[in-house]
Amino acid sequence: MTGRQPARQQRRPLGLIVYGSMILLTLLYTVAIAAPWVAPYDHTEQNRTLPDCPPSSIRFNSPPYWNESILFTHPQRLADPIDRSYTQDDTVRVPVRFLYNGHLFTTAQDDPKFFLLGTDSLGRDLFSRIVYGSRISLSIGVVGVLISFAIGTLVGSFAGYSGGWIDDIAMRIVEVEMSLPSFYFLLALAAVIPPNLSSAATFFVIVALMSFINWAYFARVIRGMAASLREGEYVVAARALGATRWRIIIRHVVPGTLSYTIIAATLSIPRFILGESALSLLGLGIQEPDASWGKLLADAQNVQHLVRHPWILMPGVFIFVTIMAFNFVGDYLRDRLDPRATAGNAG
Amino acid sequence: MSSYLIRRLFHMIPVLLGITFLTFCVVDLAPGDFFSTLKMNPTFSPQMIAEMEREYGYGDPLLLRYVRWLWRALHLDLGLSVAYRVDVTALIGARASNTIILALASMAFTWTLAIPIGVMVALRPNTASDRLLSFLAFFGMSLPNFFLAFLLMYLALQSGWFPIGGTTSLGHESLSFWGRIADRLHHLILPVIVLGTSGMASLMRLMRANVLELKEADFVRTARAKGLDERSVVGKHILRNALNPFVTLAGYEIGSLLSGAALVEAVMNLQGLGALMLEAVRSLDLYLVMGSVLMGSLLLLAGNLLADLGLTLVDPRIDFRRQQQ
Repeated sequence: MTGRQPARQQRRPLGLIVYGSMILLTLLYTVAIAAPWVAPYDHTEQNRTLPDCPPSSIRFNSPPYWNESILFTHPQRLADPIDRSYTQDDTVRVPVRFLYNGHLFTTAQDDPKFFLLGTDSLGRDLFSRIVYGSRISLSIGVVGVLISFAIGTLVGSFAGYSGGWIDDIAMRIVEVEMSLPSFYFLLALAAVIPPNLSSAATFFVIVALMSFINWAYFARVIRGMAASLREGEYVVAARALGATRWRIIIRHVVPGTLSYTIIAATLSIPRFILGESALSLLGLGIQEPDASWGKLLADAQNVQHLVRHPWILMPGVFIFVTIMAFNFVGDYLRDRLDPRATAGNAG
Repeated sequence: MSSYLIRRLFHMIPVLLGITFLTFCVVDLAPGDFFSTLKMNPTFSPQMIAEMEREYGYGDPLLLRYVRWLWRALHLDLGLSVAYRVDVTALIGARASNTIILALASMAFTWTLAIPIGVMVALRPNTASDRLLSFLAFFGMSLPNFFLAFLLMYLALQSGWFPIGGTTSLGHESLSFWGRIADRLHHLILPVIVLGTSGMASLMRLMRANVLELKEADFVRTARAKGLDERSVVGKHILRNALNPFVTLAGYEIGSLLSGAALVEAVMNLQGLGALMLEAVRSLDLYLVMGSVLMGSLLLLAGNLLADLGLTLVDPRIDFRRQQQ
C-alpha cells in the first residue's frame, strides 16, 4: 500500500454506542444458539391458510385478563385469497404465552398463531425463520474469518519472515488472488455447488469459497509486518540463540501481528455476512427450506410482491444492524489497539 | 516510465492466465452443463444436440479446450454463447458499456460528495455536524447494497418518481438526443445511489482523517506563519496533499465498484455485465462465463495500473521502480 497513514482519529466519546453494539452482538449470538427456544414456531412449519400474512398487532392485557398473559394478539383471517388481504378479528383475544411448551414465547397449541413479523408466501412465520436463519448468517462471518485469517497468517508470516524466492512466489499468488474480480469469481465458484447438497455442506462450501477469495489481502499485510518484525531485536536474538524458523515465526513473529489481526478480523466479518447474503439472495447459496437472512430477502426481488408485503424486508434490517454493530466494535478496537492502522480498509 | 509500463503489462500475463484457467476449471467442475439441460428440452432433437456438442468441442480434454479457448481469445474471439447463440464478444461489449457507465457515474457521485464533506468536517472537528456526519458514515458503510436497493425500489414504486429496472424506457429509441440522455440519467439515479452510498461513507472518513493529520503538519504551520490566507492554506497545501492517496484508491475502487455493480445489476434488474454473468452462471454457459470473468479482470487490472501510474504523476516523490514493494 502506497498511501500515507492517516492520523489517529481523535477518540470520540463513542462508549455508549460501542457498549450497545457489544451487547447487541452478544444478544444476537445467544439468540442464534438458542434458536429453537427463542423462535415461537419451527422455521419450516407452513400455515397454508395464512400466506403473506401481515405482522400481528401486540396489545397489552388490561387487569381482568392478567391470569392469561400480559400480552395478547388478535387472529388474522385471509379475506381475499387472490390479493391476499387480511382482516383482523378484534373480538377474539389470543394470549401470548411466555416460557410455554419449550419456547420463550408462543401461542397455545389450539390457539390461532401469531406472527410477530408476518409470514412468507408459504405461511411460514418470518420471525421464526429470521431466528433460525441467524444461525447461518451469524456463524458464516466467524468461521470464514477464522479460516481466511489462518491461511493469511500462515502464508503472510512465512513469506515475510523467509523473504527471497519463497516470498516472491507467495506474493505472485497473492497478486493473482487480489486481481480476481471477486464477485464474478464467487458467482462462477457458486455454480460448482451441487444443488442436492445438504444445507450444512452448502454452508461449508460457501465459507470455503469466500475464505479462498478473501485471504490474499490479509496475507499481504501480514507479510509486510512480518518482513519488518524479522529485523526486530528480539527476533535477531532468537535467531542467534539457534531457534528454528518455525519456532521464531510462531512464537515471535505471529504474536507481533496479533493486534492487527484482531482488528482486521472484526472488520472483515461483515464482508462474509454480506457475501453469503448476496449469494443466497441470488439463489446460489443456502437452499429451501432452510433460511439465512439473505435467502429470506430473495422474495423481495419481486418488486410487486415487495410493495404489497413490505415486512419481508425485515431480514435486511437484521443484516444491517449486525454489520453496523461489527463496524462500531471494529472501529473502537482500531482506535484502542492500533493507532496507525489505515482508516480506509473497512469496506 | 515506459520500461515500468512494459514490465507491469508483462506482469499481467500470468495473472490473467491464472484467473482464466481457474475459472475454466471451476465451470468445468460444475455438475451438469448446458447440454444436460438442453437434453431435457424436448424441442431439441438428439442429433441437433450432438451437432452442437461437436461444434463447441465438447468432450475433449480440459486442457485442450482451455488452450483452444485461449488461442481464440487472443484473436479477440471469445467463442459463442451456447444459450444466446451469439458471439460472446458482441454480447459482452453491449453489456459492459452499461456496467462501466454505472461504475463511473457512481464514482463521480461519491467523489463529488465525499471529498468536500470530508474536508468540511475535518476543518471543524468534534462539532455537532462532525459527529452527526461521522455517525451517518457508519450508517452508510453498514447499509448493504442490496438492502438499500430494495428500500429505494419500494419507495420508487410507491412514489412513482423513478423507473424500476432496465437502463432505458420502452420508447427510448423514439426520443430526441437530449431526451435519450435524460431518460438514461433518470434510470441511472437509483442504481448510482445504491452503489455509491457505501463507498461514499468510507471515502469521507478517509478524507477527514487525512485532512486532520495534515492540519498539524509543519508545512501547514509554515504556510500560516508566512501569512497566507486560510483559503490558500486549505486549498493549496492541505487539500492537494490530502488527495494523494485518493489517486491510488480510485484505481482500486474500480474493482470494488465492478463487483458491487454486478450485485446491484442482478438485484435491480439492469442489463449489465454482472446480470449477464449471473445468467451465464445459472445456465452454465461456459464461454459466456469465461468472457465475463476475463472482461471483469481486465477492467480491474487496468484500474490498478492507472492508479499506480496516476500516483507517480501526482506525487513525484514516489519512485515507480521501487513501487512493487
